[in-house]
Amino acid sequence: MLHRATAAVAARARGGECLVSYRLKVNPIMCKAHGLCAELLPEFIDRDPWGYPIVPDEPVPHDLEDLSRRAAATCPTLALIVSKGRR
Amino acid sequence: MTIVATIPRLGHVERRTSRLPRLLAGAAGRGPAGLNQHERCFGALPLPDVAWNGDKAAARRALARLIDEVERSGLTGRGGAGFPTGRKLRAVAAGAGPAVVVANGSEGEPASRKDRLLLLRAPHLVLDGITLAAFAVGATEAYLVVHGIDSKLIARLEGAVRAREVAGIDPVMIEVVGIDDRYVASEQTAIVQYLNGGPGLPTFAPPRAHERGVANRPTAVNNIETLAHMALIARYGHAWFREAGVPAAPGTALVTVSGAVLRPGVYEIELGTPISEVIGLAGGPAERPQAILTGGYFGTWLPAEVAWTVPMSHPGLRSVGAAMGAGVLIVLPDTSCGLAETARVVRYLADEGAGQCGPCIFGLPALADALADLACHGGRGDAARRIAGLIPLIEGRGACRHPDGATQLAASALKAFGHDAHWHDVGGPCFTVRRPPLLPVPGAASAW
Repeated sequence: MLHRATAAVAARARGGECLVSYRLKVNPIMCKAHGLCAELLPEFIDRDPWGYPIVPDEPVPHDLEDLSRRAAATCPTLALIVSKGRR
Repeated sequence: MTIVATIPRLGHVERRTSRLPRLLAGAAGRGPAGLNQHERCFGALPLPDVAWNGDKAAARRALARLIDEVERSGLTGRGGAGFPTGRKLRAVAAGAGPAVVVANGSEGEPASRKDRLLLLRAPHLVLDGITLAAFAVGATEAYLVVHGIDSKLIARLEGAVRAREVAGIDPVMIEVVGIDDRYVASEQTAIVQYLNGGPGLPTFAPPRAHERGVANRPTAVNNIETLAHMALIARYGHAWFREAGVPAAPGTALVTVSGAVLRPGVYEIELGTPISEVIGLAGGPAERPQAILTGGYFGTWLPAEVAWTVPMSHPGLRSVGAAMGAGVLIVLPDTSCGLAETARVVRYLADEGAGQCGPCIFGLPALADALADLACHGGRGDAARRIAGLIPLIEGRGACRHPDGATQLAASALKAFGHDAHWHDVGGPCFTVRRPPLLPVPGAASAW
């Protein structure tokens, strides 16, 4: 985890575009609407009227990447999935 | 339905000249076609000897030829999604290790009857297809999945499998499996989970079945009608298959026509036939049609005047924002209320959910409530807005496509019955709401 975050920080410090991006996905069967992800990432994750997270299908902004990994690790039912892709 | 069987000589695969019927050609008379009648009509199963004697290199060449033939025929899945069959078989054949073939005959769609009819009337054509698919993907296991409650069908199919065992036709044994009688149980991932010993409920993909399905092996799940077409393509070739239908949608398909028509039933049509002609086959409208539901309960309402000229095919229906699904057409007469019918079906779909994903557990009942309000009580001006607001909260947020089907139906109802929706919303329900339900909803439907 740590070295990936450092790589992104280093790339940004060099002023270069970071080529790696992260997307969040919810496993709807596992999700039990605990809402921790929306608490941690209110800028990115919204909640529907029943408390389930609404995750946009777009790359997580760079400054939220570390938080999004923490949200995935904190989810009590491990329903939040971080996937890596190219920007 | 006219079933005219021209019977070629025994053991001789003759090119059939008339284009229809194809799938139902062997099923002359009312009963099921026995093995003898089946082989008299279609000829013996053209399975290469290498399927038996294990010459691996020769088998690989033969199965590549078979997949090529299917791919060139342009056959697409007849279960609803319309995925190219050849491409699916190729993906499974390329997977790691021995594969599994699953033939899906568990028709979840309440308005569809075609799979059951085909299994009852031409079981050996379907079983031929399963054996060919098993050979094409190098499968060592094959399952034919139907509803467990349908004991008559299961007994007949098991009888047909035994008859073939005696005759030594299938190198891979075909097991008939009965699954739950639920809408979601017939979904592909639900079947895979059930065969793996779990509950018959959809799972969250990936992995997809063609990568890791039954027993973690590459698994080809095909609708039984698709497999029956494959049995014909293997006999008569891709060029013959393309003689029927249109270039963008070749071949024939079984469709179920119901609602306000004079002779509701299952008909075999050439793909691309205009919907008006398909309804003509079913005796024509019994009353002045108002709208047509295409694609079944996961489908789309089209105003009758729009639907009339649309070709019955995946591309044809897609061009008007609808989908062919499993080939269901329901004619709604002028004297029925489309909103009330939709409300009833969405309530049924809400009750039929697997109860696994939040947006489906909470969203579909809310959608059904809003539709019932609009249809029966009038919405006091905001029901249509409530429905439109709920749809994006439900769509695409389940593990399977079940919630998306319900929102598609609701959204198309608001469009096709836009005038009605407005007047219901501001003025109260119309008097046609009281007409008895037209769309069949199985079991004891809950009060709505």
